[in-house]
Amino acid sequence: MRTWALCLNTFRETVRDKVFLVLVVFALVMIMSSRIFSFLSVGLELKIVMDLGLGSISVFSLLIALFVGTTLVHKEIDKRTVYTIVSKPIRRYQFIIGKYAGLNMTILVNMAIMTGFFYLSIWLMGGSWSLDLGLCILLIYVEIMLVTGLALLFSTFASPTLSAVFTFLTYVLGHLSSDLKFFSEQSENIIVNIFGKVFYYLLPNLSKFNFKNEVVHGFAIPMDSLFYSIVYGLLYCALLVIVSSLIFERKNLR
Amino acid sequence: MRSVIEIEGLEKVYRSGVRRRNIHALDGLDLSVAENEIFGFLGPNGAGKTTTLKILTGLLFQTSGTARVLGKAAGDLSTKAQMGFLPESPHFYEYLTSRELLDFYCRLFRIHKASRRKKVDELLASVGLEHAADLRVRKHSQGMKQRLGIAQSLVGNPKVLLLDEPMSGLDPMGRRQIREMIRKLASDGMTIFFSSHILSDAELLCDRVGILVKGRLVDVGKMADILKPRMGLFEAIASGVDGACRERLEGICKRVALRDDRLHLEISGEDNLREAERAIIEAGGVLDSLSRMRTTLEDHFMEFLKPDEAAK
Ligand SMILES: Nc1ncnc2c1ncn2[C@@H]1O[C@H](COP(=O)(O)OP(=O)(O)OP(=O)(O)O)[C@@H](O)[C@H]1O
Ligand SMILES: [Mg+2]
Repeated sequence: MRTWALCLNTFRETVRDKVFLVLVVFALVMIMSSRIFSFLSVGLELKIVMDLGLGSISVFSLLIALFVGTTLVHKEIDKRTVYTIVSKPIRRYQFIIGKYAGLNMTILVNMAIMTGFFYLSIWLMGGSWSLDLGLCILLIYVEIMLVTGLALLFSTFASPTLSAVFTFLTYVLGHLSSDLKFFSEQSENIIVNIFGKVFYYLLPNLSKFNFKNEVVHGFAIPMDSLFYSIVYGLLYCALLVIVSSLIFERKNLR
Repeated sequence: MRSVIEIEGLEKVYRSGVRRRNIHALDGLDLSVAENEIFGFLGPNGAGKTTTLKILTGLLFQTSGTARVLGKAAGDLSTKAQMGFLPESPHFYEYLTSRELLDFYCRLFRIHKASRRKKVDELLASVGLEHAADLRVRKHSQGMKQRLGIAQSLVGNPKVLLLDEPMSGLDPMGRRQIREMIRKLASDGMTIFFSSHILSDAELLCDRVGILVKGRLVDVGKMADILKPRMGLFEAIASGVDGACRERLEGICKRVALRDDRLHLEISGEDNLREAERAIIEAGGVLDSLSRMRTTLEDHFMEFLKPDEAAK
């Protein structure tokens, strides 16, 4: 219940911080795109709008994870609101979990509404939606949860700006991690080899969450790799929250 | 009597800044506060009062030494459940109203929904914030935040209350209200440990005070002992005396000051007192008042700061 109270309050905080204004921008993007590309054939237009829709859901959620996630804990310490909370009978890891869960709840609600708009615009264009489209968005959500975890972790020891930079870099490298492995294995240099391996196993492999191509081009999503990706994502999130908690547990709140 | 707060050899070094300059905020602090005591923790700016309170509440970790509250290490969960804390000039979620905020704190104490509303109303009333129950914290004045801070420290019906400058930012009426509240809480058995710069409040409230200078406790004592009358020192006020008499008095008294046409005298020793009385009467004046001088907490406090000032 204590963690739940912290979670709900974080949700409330992001709502009052007008995070949901993102939705307005998203709705505009969806409306505009279906206007702009209307000169194309219906099939092609649908593909573009789908691509654009999935991309926007990804990007807007990423922006929230990046900007809200990195200030989540820092703001509490900076504005000194943490004093009256950590001195209450809660454990510090409950505070971390509560904050993390609260932001994920905000992103979930936000993504659900975006998905609603998205489905609506597809339907208005005469397309139909599939289960696969929903699964694809679910995996975007798991990916964003992971990114939020990264933002949380970095912000337990770095300033928000630095954390945002780190998080973004990890995000980019995380999408390239298979390529990094591939290229480092090609190299003759042993150091490059080792670094490539370390990076591959340390960085989250974010390409595992990307099923956009399958969905846009109408291929079936392989269920086993989807399941594997979800488990991988959730375990990675758990790890990030545990490490963040361990750091925060020892932090001097001054 | 049982010790509620026990601090032994507490040290805190802040490592900060680009040049990694170390600041010894606490330098071997020893202190114990007994059950049901009102203890005033005094000291000049930067003495380490806030640092001590933050260690006791588990916000900061000491560099060395021990700090125990209710028999357990500071920051222990079961201790925190029986402890209330008011931070120095407290800050709260600005987007919540007083009521929402207290409700949130009640949840952190796992107070059930059914009793939360009543509890919040009681707390708001006890600090005189009923009228601001639905006002966002953003729109609170300094004093209102301070009152809210005191209310939130009482959410869990604590056994021990740690207050960092509870009177700061309050108007005279507010200060009086809080004083009375602290007295009432203490009479119900609560132990209260507070830091303060307002010595007159501390003087009115405390059972015991400790004086902290540069991270060390330089004095600790019962209020009753500190405020004892000073032997052979008198304070007198005389009126209706002329310049010649004043000169004569200046020869007799330790200090003579003219305020509002009246002479304020400080006299040491009974012989000098008699002589001064005679001088006033012979000059046709009136002795308006005469009393033994008492030490105030301020006098006492200053004594411990003097060697420090001299060293500068
Ligand atoms: N976060 C911090 N980083 C570095 N030094 C600090 C920090 N907080 C306090 N200090 C230093 O520790 C010392 C004690 O500070 P503290 O806040 O405990 O004093 P205080 O007695 O509460 O003072 P005041 O009466 O002004 O509130 C000071 O020298 C201060 O500069
Ligand atoms: Mg202080």
